[in-house]
Amino acid sequence: MITSTHYMLLSAALFMIGVIGVMVRRNIIIIFMSIELILNAVNINLIAFSAQLQNVVGQVFAIFVIAVAAAEAAVGLGIILAFYRNKETVNIDEMNLMRW
Amino acid sequence: MSQAIAFYFLSACILGFAVLVITTRDTVHSVLFLVLDFLFVAALYVLLGAQFVAAIQILVYAGGIVVLYLFVVMLVNLKRPPEAHQDPHRRTNWGLALSVAVLVELAIVGGYSYARPAPAFAAPSPAAPFTGNTEQVGWLLYTSYLIPFEVASMLLLVAMIGAIVLAKREL
Repeated sequence: MITSTHYMLLSAALFMIGVIGVMVRRNIIIIFMSIELILNAVNINLIAFSAQLQNVVGQVFAIFVIAVAAAEAAVGLGIILAFYRNKETVNIDEMNLMRW
Repeated sequence: MSQAIAFYFLSACILGFAVLVITTRDTVHSVLFLVLDFLFVAALYVLLGAQFVAAIQILVYAGGIVVLYLFVVMLVNLKRPPEAHQDPHRRTNWGLALSVAVLVELAIVGGYSYARPAPAFAAPSPAAPFTGNTEQVGWLLYTSYLIPFEVASMLLLVAMIGAIVLAKREL
């Protein structure tokens, strides 16, 4: 029997993979993809609870999360392009113009 | 039983492709694994009875966002692989240790919820006059959640203008 605990554990594992990607990788495009994985983990949680509670509100919130993810991807990739034009790199270790 | 088999298969695919996304060296391959991952997540939504969100997931993520990523990967000419430059101040071990700490916390939460299963909620379902999934979602979006819906549309408009401004060569 698959309960909502199973879905929560799946979501937690996916979230963890995203967090490890953000923390460990240096390519900023990979880091953005890891953030998408994290948002997907949140969505899985929302939909699983929506199914458990027989309530559609969770799906509405998942749609909002998807909209925010689309906005974030568009602006973030614009920033990456602008930065690449100036510094010729996508390595976040070299993106320290505003540090300190 | 068949639901359990489908769940475990989809979970294995989702987690496996997610690991491939963050471990593959080639960024283009990483993006393609991300598409597969999104498709399996959409299949999981169908398993949960959320067909509309599954369709949105495929349309927006696999169709829109991933194409955006592919364009950026193609535009950004990676003559110098970003992983080649090593920052001596970077603390990858710290990053891994923090990730493991979060993993342990999540494992504790998971073990706790296994030990004490959550009580089944009485379902206070809003009285939607429809039965189909898409109709219910649309009814909620245009009644109770109309203002968040409009705010999301404004957010998308602002993000679109911002992305155009950022990506324009000169203003």
